[in-house]
Amino acid sequence: MSALESQLPILQVIVPLVGAVLVALMRGGRSAWAVALVITWTMPVISILLMRKVLATGPISYHLGGWAPPIGIEYRVDLLAAFVLVLVSVVGAALMPFARRSVASEIDGDKQVWFYTMYLLCLAGLLGITITADAFNLFVFLEISSLATYVLIALGRDRRALLAAYQYLIMGTIGATFYVIGVGLLYLVTGSLNIYDIASRLADPAMQNPRPVMAALAFIVVGISLKLALFPLHVWLPGAYAHAPSFASAFLAGTATKVAIYVLIRFAFSVFGVAISFETLPLTEVLVVLSLAAMFIASIIAVFETNLKRMLAYSSLGQVGYITLGIALANTQGLTGGIVHLLNHALMKTALFMALGAIAYRLGSVKLDAIAGIGRRMPWTMAVFVLGGMALVGVPGTAGFVSKWYLAIGAVEKGWWPLVFAILISSLIAVVYVGRVVEVAWFREPSPAVEKCTDPPLSMLIPMLVLTAATIYFGIDTEASAGMALKAAETLLGGLK
Amino acid sequence: MRDAILRFAEHYNYVVTIFLMVAGLFIVIARGNMIKKLIGLSVFQTSVYLLYVGPSKIIGGTAPILDPAFKVYTNPLPHVLILTAIVVGVAVLSLGLALVVRIKEAYGTIEEDEIFAQETDE
Amino acid sequence: MRLDVVLRVGSKLILPFMLLFALYVQFHGEYGPGGGFQAGVISAGMMILYALVFGVAKAKLIVPQRLVEFMVPLGVLIYAGTGVLTMLLGQNFLDYGVLDPSPMHGRERGIFWVEVGVHVTVASTMLAIFYAFVERGR
Repeated sequence: MSALESQLPILQVIVPLVGAVLVALMRGGRSAWAVALVITWTMPVISILLMRKVLATGPISYHLGGWAPPIGIEYRVDLLAAFVLVLVSVVGAALMPFARRSVASEIDGDKQVWFYTMYLLCLAGLLGITITADAFNLFVFLEISSLATYVLIALGRDRRALLAAYQYLIMGTIGATFYVIGVGLLYLVTGSLNIYDIASRLADPAMQNPRPVMAALAFIVVGISLKLALFPLHVWLPGAYAHAPSFASAFLAGTATKVAIYVLIRFAFSVFGVAISFETLPLTEVLVVLSLAAMFIASIIAVFETNLKRMLAYSSLGQVGYITLGIALANTQGLTGGIVHLLNHALMKTALFMALGAIAYRLGSVKLDAIAGIGRRMPWTMAVFVLGGMALVGVPGTAGFVSKWYLAIGAVEKGWWPLVFAILISSLIAVVYVGRVVEVAWFREPSPAVEKCTDPPLSMLIPMLVLTAATIYFGIDTEASAGMALKAAETLLGGLK
Repeated sequence: MRDAILRFAEHYNYVVTIFLMVAGLFIVIARGNMIKKLIGLSVFQTSVYLLYVGPSKIIGGTAPILDPAFKVYTNPLPHVLILTAIVVGVAVLSLGLALVVRIKEAYGTIEEDEIFAQETDE
Repeated sequence: MRLDVVLRVGSKLILPFMLLFALYVQFHGEYGPGGGFQAGVISAGMMILYALVFGVAKAKLIVPQRLVEFMVPLGVLIYAGTGVLTMLLGQNFLDYGVLDPSPMHGRERGIFWVEVGVHVTVASTMLAIFYAFVERGR
């Protein structure tokens, strides 16, 4: 057992990677789904074991091939990494029961095997990004997950899916290349690729000001911002989420941007440190402005969007704004709000996209005018949608409230009162776009096509209900979510002062 | 003047790198043809290879295979990293080209403005 | 069709040497430039040349589509399997030292299998791309 336990960090990445290969050897969508189900369900087990070990004994370090860092590649799990690992693996596992019918109805038979292969590769990439402590290894995982994502999106029914995948490919590659340029500059200055080794070398006072270091920070922030769809760099996201298969939209909305945000946090706080990121360079000012722009502009666009998947995609952009706002505040409460919103937003957005997936499964459309009256025919699905929407708004008692509460306290601590009102007003915009859907779904007469719809089968319904229940649970008992985020934020801010 | 020339000569590998970087990025942004965009993307990625490999070359250094006859070795790590990056670049390029083939079949064109025109018609 | 005699005979002469060269690059990888990736591309290049000269149908008799689709994951499996084997032997992932009583030879052996996996995957991926596009638009 202890031998296995010491191998957990690598198993977290290797199991889905080998699983992807095994799935590729399967014939037929059903067996592929079964293998993928087994693989994804081992993921939360591993990540929760890792989390428990981190809580008990502190950060875990794993040396690939027995080579000690900084020469070898190190996998390192600290509290923040464990938190994101649990998030990604739980979302990935919760989605799987939902996948079979949804994927079978949207993807041609012979392509389902490749779809699940790509899904597991994407999962392996995302988990790898989170767990690795090697900046270049991170790039490789970033590209593994991105390449798999492009394929997942391109497998959508519509021909616009191809266009969306192409646009994402161009933007995503530019982002990843910017990141690699930044890492290259860091390597030229410090001579190391291990992010903790880089951090300790940058902590040298002589290293606080050289221009390559600042250029590196700029390149990395821009590159990662492309990946996490920070406001002006977001153009790929709405198309990608709107035209991807429902399952892929739900998975990506829950995990891909979250992992990119994790990388941003990791570099801003752990590698460059508060002194370079927020004092030498004006990361706070830049991020606050862009976050506010995202919170307002993206939310307002969401109000006028008639394709519900696209509407949720714009709402995701706004929610990413809250998280980056938390990073920009760079104090304990604000950062806690940002980190806990990673989890909360992943749960609620995945549930919302699953609800839309169920509607697409029954009705075949997710247009606003097509779903009139669907609340009476698919009550459970729409209940999930309404609760998820309430969490997006941040109604007290839901998880969204917790994140916004911490953000508001962080803003107050910093003395930036207007930000509190900005958070409040942008939440009110969310009321408008969620309320519009609720009005159409519950208070209009159903059309003949909607009349025939019923709630989806239990295999699709239960994952949604579980995630929605989690959204409510984390709105009431915040010990596991916000408590953990608080500890992670304290470590991030305390370790490098 | 002499200083400027000397500085240029000393850093000319960076000059080439930055030229390729900006040129590639410009092609990606300015061209509407999807194949040309991918070529620009490729040029952009290639500049990164130079960024890594250029400074790691030591004049007179040899491949790092231990032998008493040699004293100076070139740093192999950036080369290895760039081998990986090249593979990633090839994967991105081939996936991009495959997507363009599918787009051509679906829309009958690979000019972005014509495709967007088709989309707004609907 | 009869005019391409030079092409057919010439390529028939070259093909075995291409494969041989691929194997040379594969096994010389430890001592000089080369390795599984380059060797895989060369051996895939051999099959592509064969397909170009003699037709895809004949090439598919030698390397059928299904075999290609099987080989892509197989290579990754060999690579990952080497790593998992080192884990089963009680060391970290990809710590080849345990594969042989002498750690140096163990590393040699480990890298050999990794390179085999790379060769298989690269060669079959190249062929898969070629097959996928040569048949489009017909």
